[in-house]
Amino acid sequence: MGALAWLRANPGPFAQALGEHLLLSATGLTLGIAIGLPLGLLVARRAGMAEAAIAVAGLLRTLPSLAILAALLPLLGVGFTPSVVALAVVALPPVLVNTIIGLRGADAEALDAATGLGMTPAQRLLRVELPLAAPMVFAGLRIAAVQVVSGAALATFIGGGGLGDLVTQGVALLDTGQMLVGATAIALLALGTEFALGGLERAAAAWSGAA
Amino acid sequence: MRWTARNPDVIAAALLAHVELVGAALLIALAISLPVGVLAARHGLLRGVALGSASVLYSIPSLALFALLVPVLGLGFRSALLALVSYALPILLRALVAGLRMVPAEILEAADGMGLTRRQRLWRVELPLALPALLGGLRVAGVTLVSAATVAAYINAGGLGTLILTGLDQGHTEKILVGAGLTAALALVLDQALRIAQRFAPAGT
Repeated sequence: MGALAWLRANPGPFAQALGEHLLLSATGLTLGIAIGLPLGLLVARRAGMAEAAIAVAGLLRTLPSLAILAALLPLLGVGFTPSVVALAVVALPPVLVNTIIGLRGADAEALDAATGLGMTPAQRLLRVELPLAAPMVFAGLRIAAVQVVSGAALATFIGGGGLGDLVTQGVALLDTGQMLVGATAIALLALGTEFALGGLERAAAAWSGAA
Repeated sequence: MRWTARNPDVIAAALLAHVELVGAALLIALAISLPVGVLAARHGLLRGVALGSASVLYSIPSLALFALLVPVLGLGFRSALLALVSYALPILLRALVAGLRMVPAEILEAADGMGLTRRQRLWRVELPLALPALLGGLRVAGVTLVSAATVAAYINAGGLGTLILTGLDQGHTEKILVGAGLTAALALVLDQALRIAQRFAPAGT
């Protein structure tokens, strides 16, 4: 059966797989950001801790997504929860590293000027450091989002659902149409995430550059 | 650890197949990216096309890319190899172009002044100066491929992913952990080895 024919005959299963995929990705990404961003803020001004965090993130980044998913199975079993935890692990390194690098890249003179103006450390963080670090942090979020959308395709291997289910079911049932629908949807979702967030990133950079 | 002790040959074969797949893909990608990268570094239009299409390829998730290639090339090594090459190519191309374009104009002028031909300048001056950037790209590409190659097991290309996927199918925890652990170890070893090579490469200016 062709891909379009499969899609026409199975709008329900497609919508369900897409919904699961988006939910997995959004939850995993949110969890990764919720850990990575505050952690980055916390360690960025302490050189030793920042370097250690970057080194650990570098290690995490080299771990293959399938290995992370598979390694969580004995600990957390199968299904949604281990998949979300694995995706959070995938999202964490780019968010953490870019937050640290962005904050550390903030111009020392700008920081001195802010302190000289009598800003408290909290004010300085919110009004000076974060706006200066924003482009880098945003790039980290984009990289994390694309990797999470990609990695969510592998959740099917530990019963986490998502668009990967269409691929694995298609392969198992020798249904090329279903497999192609799954593969195309995963590819489009990842490319769409990359270009949409990339566009936002450029718009934000132009705006902050003009400001 | 009983399964591991009884099946060292299975594990070694999977590791070897993984290394072969990644190594072959890296070599092919390197062979393509060198001439294309050198041309793209010189021509703006070609650079835009090469880097633009490369970044699209790179954003396609591995499972999707493998699945899209199966109807065209069938299951197995060839599909996996093509998918891996298309992951490595954008990374190497971008690194090489960046490395070549970072060579300062004064150095190129000095080389011209010494009477080097374009070809001599490329091989003796530009490529050696771009080497650290290229090695950096090779490092990212290597780690990416070790990771993507685990998914290649799904289209019967073998490798360490086979241990993970059959382990998941059979509920065989030890097999899963051996596969996942060796993949992670392979990625880390490759990353560190290339990092050291990068350090010993002739430093940029």
